[in-house]
Amino acid sequence: MATLPIDIAHLMAGGLVLMSFLMIYQDRLSALLDVFTAHAVVLAASVAWQAHLQGDTFHLYLTALIALAFKAVVIPMALARIVRRLGIHREVETVVGTVPTMLAGIGLAALSIVLMMRLTAGADPLAREDLAFALTVVLLGLLMMVTRRNAVSQVVGFMSLENGLILAAAGARGMPLVVEIAVAFSILIAFIVIGVFLFRIRERFDTVDLAALDEVRGDRA
Amino acid sequence: MTPVALILLIPAIAALLLAAIPGTRLAARVNVLAAGATFLAALALLTEPRPAPGALFLVDDLNIVFIVLNTLVGFTAASFSASYIGHEVAAGRLTPVTLRFYHAMYQVMMFGMNAALLTDNIGLMWVSVELATLSTVLMVGLYRTPEALEAAWKYFILGSVGIALALFGTILVYMAAQPVLGEGTPAMVWSNLLPHAAAFDPGLLNLAFVFLLLGYGTKVGLAPLHAWLPDAHAEGPTPISAVLSGLLLNVALYAVLRFKMLMAANPATLPPGPLMAAMGLASLLFAGLMLYRRRDIKRLFAYSSIEHMGIITFAFGMGGGLANFAGLLHMAMHSLTKSAIFFSVGHVAQARGSQRIADIRGLSVSHPRLAVALALGVLAIAGLPPFGVFLSEFLLVTSTFARAPALALVLAAGLLLAFGALILRLTGFLFGDPPPEAAPVRASTLPIWLHMGLVLAAGIHLPSELVAWFQAAARLLG
Repeated sequence: MATLPIDIAHLMAGGLVLMSFLMIYQDRLSALLDVFTAHAVVLAASVAWQAHLQGDTFHLYLTALIALAFKAVVIPMALARIVRRLGIHREVETVVGTVPTMLAGIGLAALSIVLMMRLTAGADPLAREDLAFALTVVLLGLLMMVTRRNAVSQVVGFMSLENGLILAAAGARGMPLVVEIAVAFSILIAFIVIGVFLFRIRERFDTVDLAALDEVRGDRA
Repeated sequence: MTPVALILLIPAIAALLLAAIPGTRLAARVNVLAAGATFLAALALLTEPRPAPGALFLVDDLNIVFIVLNTLVGFTAASFSASYIGHEVAAGRLTPVTLRFYHAMYQVMMFGMNAALLTDNIGLMWVSVELATLSTVLMVGLYRTPEALEAAWKYFILGSVGIALALFGTILVYMAAQPVLGEGTPAMVWSNLLPHAAAFDPGLLNLAFVFLLLGYGTKVGLAPLHAWLPDAHAEGPTPISAVLSGLLLNVALYAVLRFKMLMAANPATLPPGPLMAAMGLASLLFAGLMLYRRRDIKRLFAYSSIEHMGIITFAFGMGGGLANFAGLLHMAMHSLTKSAIFFSVGHVAQARGSQRIADIRGLSVSHPRLAVALALGVLAIAGLPPFGVFLSEFLLVTSTFARAPALALVLAAGLLLAFGALILRLTGFLFGDPPPEAAPVRASTLPIWLHMGLVLAAGIHLPSELVAWFQAAARLLG
């Protein structure tokens, strides 16, 4: 029974991977935002569990709280508002179909697990399996960013990628406080930046479909 | 107050101040003053006794080269910006509100770059590079035209992906260090990591370096991760193109170099050099070919930056005293020359009201002074003697011939390819009939002459102090 706490940690990290898989085939924006909220909640739970396991890590609880407050509440609400205002609850235009995307996702998950397990044979077992899951979430986030054309879903893909990074940072025992707060802070800045861009893109095009931007790419004359 | 504190505090305070100053001309002056003061503080680093490496800051031979170069070009670009911006306001392309934002962001960017260069903590280094990137993203989108938004969005997305990969690499380095150095801050302090690197897990370090090279390599603009770079250079304000090419690419390369040193200190890891050399050569050849098909003058020189970052990365990848020396010298020469070229290009584009290469001809008739400035810059960057770029390229080619003749042939072919494209375009810019409506330029060309003077002087005679200084930095790189 000594491995139970570690098993729970793996269960939650695995849950995060599952949420990432759910995200890559959501074809409606409102559903995508709901799954992202769940993604953030699982992340917060996972980080909090890590905090419990590592003991005496107030800053990890804080990280979990930040993840819960910003990523599960504030940001999905703001994005949902943008989506509602623009009236784009309709389908997400995926560049690649669902089946190839899922297959690519499964390939990426297999790749990251094989890579991590081979290369980190000497490391702490809790950290190393967490890292494999974290890398999977990061790669799935990347996959989502390249398969979507819509600005909102690219932003969601980017944030799920950041969630993977936080999972990795939480899994690294005793990573210093400075860095974590800074990480959370940068994500906040990043979000503000994106918000500004979304606002401006709408101002110009009345749409958040990035295909509209492709038409104005320079150097085509 | 120590120079290190000044180098960081001046831009931070100036950023706050500039956010509050409404007047455009006053703000431009404050911007120049702050950048100049930062440069003086950086010069003081050369004479003052260096602080011992701590948990926060590290000053050694390597980063002094970067920081002095960074603050110098930051200062001259601010002076260029002051005259450039005046024209943009007169032409109605920028409003006082966006300008206030622009000036504050300029200092935020300088703060981010200086902090990335000075910090000893690999986590803080990551945060600083991200800060510098985000501030430049905002400036690239400044004109709010559809093209500028497209460029800024692309830069933001690719930059974020790069920076995310770099963070993953940083976490992996910490995990490799943590069993040896214990939990907490000591395992993130670079000067602490280096002496113990031999005891780290080589598998984790290998993986970390791949992520760091891809992540920070995106910001260096190495092929095939360069897609953001030409757009960001072409659509942003020209002073920002100059600092992007001259400075931000160097800062990202500096981060790669720090981790390369860690890798080299552990004998069981993959050698990092060949990876870097391969990416460098690929960038050089790719950019050399792309130079021929450009239609936009700023994109042309953006591809030339990819080419030169490729050369520099190749030099550091080859390693060894001479190649490292050549790499450092080439980096300094490229920063000075390329920013001078962008200064000229900025004035030229304002005079012609267009960035299209087809619209820019006959400069020698309509704007002789600018034509000379641009011609000197292009000849220097193409690698003709007696300029400093020739010296560093010559050193690199000869040292590569001595060690890997096959690679030297590829390198020389790439250099010739780029040379041909640049000279071809230059004749087009200088000669031919100028369009009748050419406007006169009332701008100061002083920063251009200053940069070109330094590049020329370095090509004719390198003072022995400078040589000793660069050699010490090259030795650190191993």
